[in-house]
Amino acid sequence: MNLQLDSNGRLRHFLTIEGLPRELLTQILDTAESFSSVIGKPVKKVPLLRGRTVVNLFFEASTRTRTTFELAAKRLSADVLNLDIGTSSTVKGETLLDTLANLEAMQCDMFVVRHRDSGAAHFIARHVGPGVSVINAGDGRHAHPTQAMLDMFTIRQKKGDFAPLTVAIVGDIMHSRVARSEIHALNTLGAGEVRVIAPRTLLPPDIEDLGVRVFYKMEQGLKDVDVICMLRLQRERMEGAALPSEAEFYRQYGLNQQRLALAKPNAIVMHPGPINRGVEIESSVADGPRSVILPQVTNGIAVRMAVMAMAMGAVGEPA
Amino acid sequence: MSSMVIRNGRVLDPASGFDAVTDLYIQDGRISAIGEPPAGFAAATEIDASGLIVCPGLIDLAARLREPGATHKADIASETRAAAAGGITTLCCPPDTQPIIDTPAVVEYIRHRAEPSGIRVMPLGALTQGLQGQLLSAMASLQAAGCVAVSDGGRPVSNSRVLRQALDYARTFDLPVLLTPRDPGLSEGGLMHEGRVATRMGIAGIPQAAETAALGRDLALVEQTGARVHFGRLSTGRGAELIRRARRDGLPVSADVAIHQLFFTELDLWGFESMYRVEPPFRTAEDRDSLRRAVADGTLLLCSDHQPHQPDAKQAPLASADPGLSGLDTLLALVLRLVEEGVLPLRDALARVTVAPARVLGLDSGVIAVGRPADLCLFDPDAVWQLREDAMLSRGKNSPFIGWEFTGQTRYTVVGGRLVYSHAG
Repeated sequence: MNLQLDSNGRLRHFLTIEGLPRELLTQILDTAESFSSVIGKPVKKVPLLRGRTVVNLFFEASTRTRTTFELAAKRLSADVLNLDIGTSSTVKGETLLDTLANLEAMQCDMFVVRHRDSGAAHFIARHVGPGVSVINAGDGRHAHPTQAMLDMFTIRQKKGDFAPLTVAIVGDIMHSRVARSEIHALNTLGAGEVRVIAPRTLLPPDIEDLGVRVFYKMEQGLKDVDVICMLRLQRERMEGAALPSEAEFYRQYGLNQQRLALAKPNAIVMHPGPINRGVEIESSVADGPRSVILPQVTNGIAVRMAVMAMAMGAVGEPA
Repeated sequence: MSSMVIRNGRVLDPASGFDAVTDLYIQDGRISAIGEPPAGFAAATEIDASGLIVCPGLIDLAARLREPGATHKADIASETRAAAAGGITTLCCPPDTQPIIDTPAVVEYIRHRAEPSGIRVMPLGALTQGLQGQLLSAMASLQAAGCVAVSDGGRPVSNSRVLRQALDYARTFDLPVLLTPRDPGLSEGGLMHEGRVATRMGIAGIPQAAETAALGRDLALVEQTGARVHFGRLSTGRGAELIRRARRDGLPVSADVAIHQLFFTELDLWGFESMYRVEPPFRTAEDRDSLRRAVADGTLLLCSDHQPHQPDAKQAPLASADPGLSGLDTLLALVLRLVEEGVLPLRDALARVTVAPARVLGLDSGVIAVGRPADLCLFDPDAVWQLREDAMLSRGKNSPFIGWEFTGQTRYTVVGGRLVYSHAG
C-alpha cells in the first residue's frame, strides 16, 4: 500500500510487507547487516536518531517485542517513551484518536504501535501529521512486518539466497500476523516454495491466494524443506473449538526430532517466541543445533534499527 | 376538509402499471379522483407537477431513528426530516431502541414524537421481551398500540423452540414477523465477509453459511407454523436463491436487501475502510450481482437499512467502528440509479420500495388508486445533484455515497394529503 512510501518511493511508515518492492526489503536487510556490526561493539550506539523521540505505543502486552524496539531506538540515540496502554483502559476508537492527538501534541517523531485490532497501525498512520512515522509492531491477525524481516534476515544469514529455498510455516496460520507477513516477505524475496502446514480449522479460506502450498500433514509438508517456521499456539484456540487439545495438536503438528529428520539435513528451525515447549515444539529441537530461535532475537534489534532509521530518512539510498 | 390537486404530473403507479400525465385529486387524506375532478371539488392547495413523476411515497422497512436511547447519533425529528426530503412517507423503526419497543408505552412515545413530522413512523414491536430471545413479548398489546409487525430487531432468536412459539403466537394475531437471517455462532466476532480479502487483511470473517444456515432453520419453521415471515437484509446470492425457491413452493415469505448491498463488495474494505463495515457484510461481486438479479425478478424488495452515527463512530479501526450506513438521504437516488444502470425498469424499481413493502406490512398505501391514502413522492427525474455531507439532512453523515452524482431528486412529499416537504426554490 503506497501509504507506506513517500513520493520518492522511500519508506515512510512500515505497516505491512504486502505491496512493498523487493528492492526495499533487500535494502532493509542490507541496512540491518551494517547495524549488526554495531551491536557487537562495546559502545553500541550510532547517532542517527539523536534528538528524535520514539514512542512505543503498546495497546497489547509484549515484553519481547517492546524491549527490542526500545533497544533499537536507544542504539540509534533516540529518546524513547514507553506507553503500555492496557486494552482494558482503552474504550473503543475515540480513545485511540484522543491518545494520538495528545501524543502528537508532545512533538513525537515516530510511533511504534502494537494493537489487538487488524488495521490499527494503518488507522494511526492515516491520522498522524506529515512528519511522523508509524511502525507496525503487530496488529491483530494482520501483520507483524518487523518480525517477518528479522526472520528473513536470519534466513539470509544462514542460507544466503532465497531462490532455492523451500520454507514451511507450521501451526496457527489463521490467527497469525507473523505467518501473513512471513508469506508476503518470502514471496517478495523470491523464495522457491512457501508451504503452510495446519489443520483446516487453523487455515483461513483461500490462503493459497497468498502464494502458498497447503499441507495438512507434517510428514508430507516437512519433506525436504530448508526452513521451518513454527508459530505459537494460543490457548484460546481450544475454547474457540478450533482444536480438541494441546496434546492432540502436539501429536499431529508438534515439531520433534523424528519429524525434523524429514527436512533437509541442514534445515533450520525458527520460532517468533515465546515458545510453548511440548505444544508446538520439542525442547530438544528448540534447544538443538538446528534451532536459530535465539539468533532471531538478536537479529530483531538490528532489523528494527534499520526500519526505524529508514523510515526517519536517517540512512540514504544504497548505490 | 383539506383538499389538494396535483396537476400535470406523470403519474406512475407501480402496482397497476398506470403511467400517464394527468391530475390527481386528493380529499380527506385520500386520493379521490384521477384525471377528472370529483363533483364540487375545490382545491385548497395546488401543486404544479409538470415535468415531475408522481409515484407512491416510499415505504422503508428498516430505518433506525436512534430515539429513544441514542439521541447523540440522531433523533426522530432529524431523521423524519431526511425521510420527507427523500420522498419516504412511511418508515419502520426496528425495536432495538433503548428502551426496547416491547411495551405499548414505547410505541406510543415514538408515535407521539413522530407526529409533528407528518411522516408515518411505524414502530416494529419486539418479538421477544427485551429482544432476549427467551420470553414472548405482549404482541397483542403491541398490535393494539399500533404495531403492524413484530421483529427480532437484528438480534436473531437462537432458541428454535422459542422462535417456533413466537411465530405461532404472531400468526394468532395475523402479525407479520420480520426476522434477521443470521446464525449467531457463525457470525460471532466476524467483521467482514469471510473470503480472500478478509484472509489478506487478517480480519475475522462472517461466512455465507451464517445467512444460509439461519434461513434454512427459519424457513423450516415457517413451513411448520404457516406464519407470515419477512427476512430483512440479505447479503448472499445463495440466500436470495433460498427465498426464491421458498416463494415458488408457496411459503408465505418475502425478503429485502439493503440498497447499499447492490453497490459495494468486500473489496471496498481493502485498506481497512471502516466506513464500509456493515452487517451483514458486503460480500463478493458475484453475490452483489445475484442480489441485483433477485431485486430485478421480484424475489427481494429494497430498504435503506438507515443507521445514522455520530462522526467518531467510524473514526476507528474496523473492530471498534460501528457498523451501518446512513441511508435515508440516498434511498430514492439509488433506486433511480439501479434503473440508470439497467438493473430493472423504473416501474419495477419503484415497486420494490412502495407496493412491495406495503404488502409485507399489510398496508393499503404504496399504490396510487382512488380511495387509497394520498402518500406521494413527486420527483424530478432529470435533476442532477451531488451528495454533499453538509447538505445531508440525516444527522448521520456516515454515507459512502458522499461525492456521488445522482440523477433524480424529490420535489414534493405528500403524506395523507398533507404537504410534508417541498424542495426549496
